Amino acid sequence: MNQLFLNLIAAGLQPAVPPFPERDSFWMPRAVSTSAGHVDWLYYFIYWTSAAVTVAVVAAMVYFVVKFRAKSRSANEQPTATSDHNTTLEITWSVLPMFFMVAFFYFGFKGYLELRTPPQGAQEVHVQGQKWSWSFTHKNGCQDNVLHVPVNKPVRLIISSVDVLHSVWIPNFRVKMDAVPGRYTDLWFEATEPGEFPLECTEYCGTSHSDMLSKVVVQSQSEYDSYLDECTKVDITAEGGQKVYEKKGCATCHTVDGSPKVGPSFKGLWGSERSFASGSPVTADENYIKESILEPQAKIVTGFPPSMPTYKGQVSDDEITALIEYLKTLK
Amino acid sequence: MASSSTTADALAPGHTSASDNYLTHDKGVLSWIFTLDHKRIGLMYLMAVMVSFGLGGFFALGVRTELWTPGPTVMGPDTYNQFFTLHGAVMVFLVIIPGIPAALGNFALPIQLGAKDVAFPRLNLFSFHLWVLGALFLVLSMAISAADTGWTFYTPYSTTTNTAVIPATFGAFILGFSSIFTGLNFIVTIHKLRPPGMTFFRMPLFLWAIYSTAVIQVLATPVLGITLLMLIVERAFGIGIFDPALGGDPVLFQHFFWFYSHPAVYIMIVPAFGVISEIIPVFSRKRIFGYSFIALSSVAIAILGFLVWGHHMFTSGQSTLAGTIFSAITFLIAIPTAIKTFNWLGTMYGGRIHLDTPMLYALAFLWVFTIGGVTGIFLAVMSVDVHLHDTYFVVAHFHYVMMGGAITAFFGGLHYWWPKMTGRMYDETVGKLGAALVFIGLNVTFFPQFILGTRGMPRRYYNYLPEFQDLHQLSTVGAFVLGTGFLITAVSLLRTFGKKADAPVNPWGSATLEWQVSSPPPYYNFHTTPKVEAGPYDFQDLVYDDKIRGYVAKKPA
Repeated sequence: MNQLFLNLIAAGLQPAVPPFPERDSFWMPRAVSTSAGHVDWLYYFIYWTSAAVTVAVVAAMVYFVVKFRAKSRSANEQPTATSDHNTTLEITWSVLPMFFMVAFFYFGFKGYLELRTPPQGAQEVHVQGQKWSWSFTHKNGCQDNVLHVPVNKPVRLIISSVDVLHSVWIPNFRVKMDAVPGRYTDLWFEATEPGEFPLECTEYCGTSHSDMLSKVVVQSQSEYDSYLDECTKVDITAEGGQKVYEKKGCATCHTVDGSPKVGPSFKGLWGSERSFASGSPVTADENYIKESILEPQAKIVTGFPPSMPTYKGQVSDDEITALIEYLKTLK
Repeated sequence: MASSSTTADALAPGHTSASDNYLTHDKGVLSWIFTLDHKRIGLMYLMAVMVSFGLGGFFALGVRTELWTPGPTVMGPDTYNQFFTLHGAVMVFLVIIPGIPAALGNFALPIQLGAKDVAFPRLNLFSFHLWVLGALFLVLSMAISAADTGWTFYTPYSTTTNTAVIPATFGAFILGFSSIFTGLNFIVTIHKLRPPGMTFFRMPLFLWAIYSTAVIQVLATPVLGITLLMLIVERAFGIGIFDPALGGDPVLFQHFFWFYSHPAVYIMIVPAFGVISEIIPVFSRKRIFGYSFIALSSVAIAILGFLVWGHHMFTSGQSTLAGTIFSAITFLIAIPTAIKTFNWLGTMYGGRIHLDTPMLYALAFLWVFTIGGVTGIFLAVMSVDVHLHDTYFVVAHFHYVMMGGAITAFFGGLHYWWPKMTGRMYDETVGKLGAALVFIGLNVTFFPQFILGTRGMPRRYYNYLPEFQDLHQLSTVGAFVLGTGFLITAVSLLRTFGKKADAPVNPWGSATLEWQVSSPPPYYNFHTTPKVEAGPYDFQDLVYDDKIRGYVAKKPA
């Protein structure tokens, strides 16, 4: 908590317009995209205007209370001012804020147009949200649950959802866009330095909404190229399966340590007898695992909600085989 | 002074002995449940709203306790999702919307007009019964399996989740009708039952605010009704309206929902403006500054409020052009709101300020509502809103407006009218302590949430990144301070029922008509309709009398 109060004090000393602060500032996380500078500049412009207005209102209020405080009710004092309107004053304080409002609107509009208009030739990545993981698909077919992008290159995300509303937010880039089922939305950014930055879901989507957390890995063009090459290879081994487990977002609902989450844990799953909400029990073998991934509603394990969406079309046969090899090692 | 036919003489017509008033006129439970008296209906609304406020507060404290640590603290994620949904639904539909208009408005509006009752007393009772029915549906849905959709019921989540969404939305649907009937009743009452001499521009500003609110209630609420009905139809019969899996459009729901719910924000806050416009002149002993600007700005807000719903949807995929228009109109609303604040300050200037509990709430309102108002500007600016949308910044902003604005004004009005409603003075020391705790508590609760939001904390999160824990804990501490403030206030107010009626006719020296009838008022309010010859804020003819601890008319020289 001490650090917090130091920060609160430091906030008062913050420079009004930090173009690209070295680290997170009191108000904003570190700005790491080409459009973040504009958003932060405008944020601080409104911030200082608002602070000045708030301080003025509160100061006037406190001053009036002290200065015009009545002694007692019995004294029956009369007000020292009797004027109940002043047209000049009232028109002034109606029109003056108007100028600020027009300025705020104009700069916000300009910035928004920039945020909404991707440059020609921006690299495209498809983003798909589903309860409760993100999947990012690159030009060469590489699919991952972490977003890798090259530094200093404009990137356009084409966003969709398979079930309910989700929303992509990358705080360090100051960009956000809803993922709407049944249509495509998009956003773009150009990252200005390598590093890892959180990517969060900001449209409420149910049980594990707050765990629908991913990250953006910004890397040099050569690192990004080798990532793309590496990404499409699937080893049909337990290690390859572990990668699939991590990349496809299985971990959001299924642990590997035996504790139940939204779905049953993978530990000890292989070869065990599964009992279901309806139908007779089955031993967990290759076909059961494959069915559970492609037709998750076919058999619902006792004690768990039927919340898993299908992964049909999103995992290849090789990936399922690799995943099965991985499950076999989780005794 | 606003009336000449009655004087403050305790035995004049319109004044009855304490033994015969609206509280004692009829006896028995049924005489309350089926009463047509607007004062009793107002009091029953008040009690129901206070119980709901306790319930909504319980859910709020549950949410804040859970957020003490990232990951599980006291409940699982599904329970947490139900808690914040119920907190929002109860506070919006059962507390803030009916709080000032239905509870305080029902009591004060007809008496401020010198009338015996509202225009349609039976419709008024029907509104209350509908309200109870709607509230029961909401409570019932909790017993089955409380909705986990957020109070916004966004599709397609709300049409696919397996919680009891239908009873909850049906409850909101019924509550909507209650709200429409109340609004209709108030509009007709203000048009038809004003006493001789009371022109529109001689009405108390509270009535202007209630009138503007009523217009929004009547025009906007039907849209919510039909939207929720469509949601129910889609869920129950699989008719595709909003769910893309059935050929519907989920963004359409957001348009419909905010077409009501943005005006509804003004249903919640405009009555608060009305209460503050009553309290500040009375406790400054000075005529309100800029009466017509305040009156007309309420109307302007009511009209413009219908044209800005799309500013909730800058990141929904809505077109850039639509967003631009919504943003521009939103800035127009900032102006009438700013005007009111300046006028309230202008009223205090040169006045004689008495710091009783209602005035403390009004001052807290001025401070907190200014913060709530200016933080709205950040959200109206499109490029900045992209970063802030659906974060704790938004949560902090609307709690500063709704909790810091609407609820603070409600409690100010409650203390202001309490002596008139019950005939009993509350304990001033406890009242002030409550106001102070509420002011401190709400700032400690909600200010850290602005910082959480800008730094990257999305709303409706059960789990969060460890770097946010300090601010979350500070916010939780504030919530318990806030809860304590409300609890001691409630206990203090309820305790007054245990003592003898001691409130004078006019404890604060107000000039509106409700302060000319006895406390509590007689059953029929006025024996003869008063005639109004002056404005509602002319205090110069009222003098304080130590013997009765209240104000009386100055004896003619």
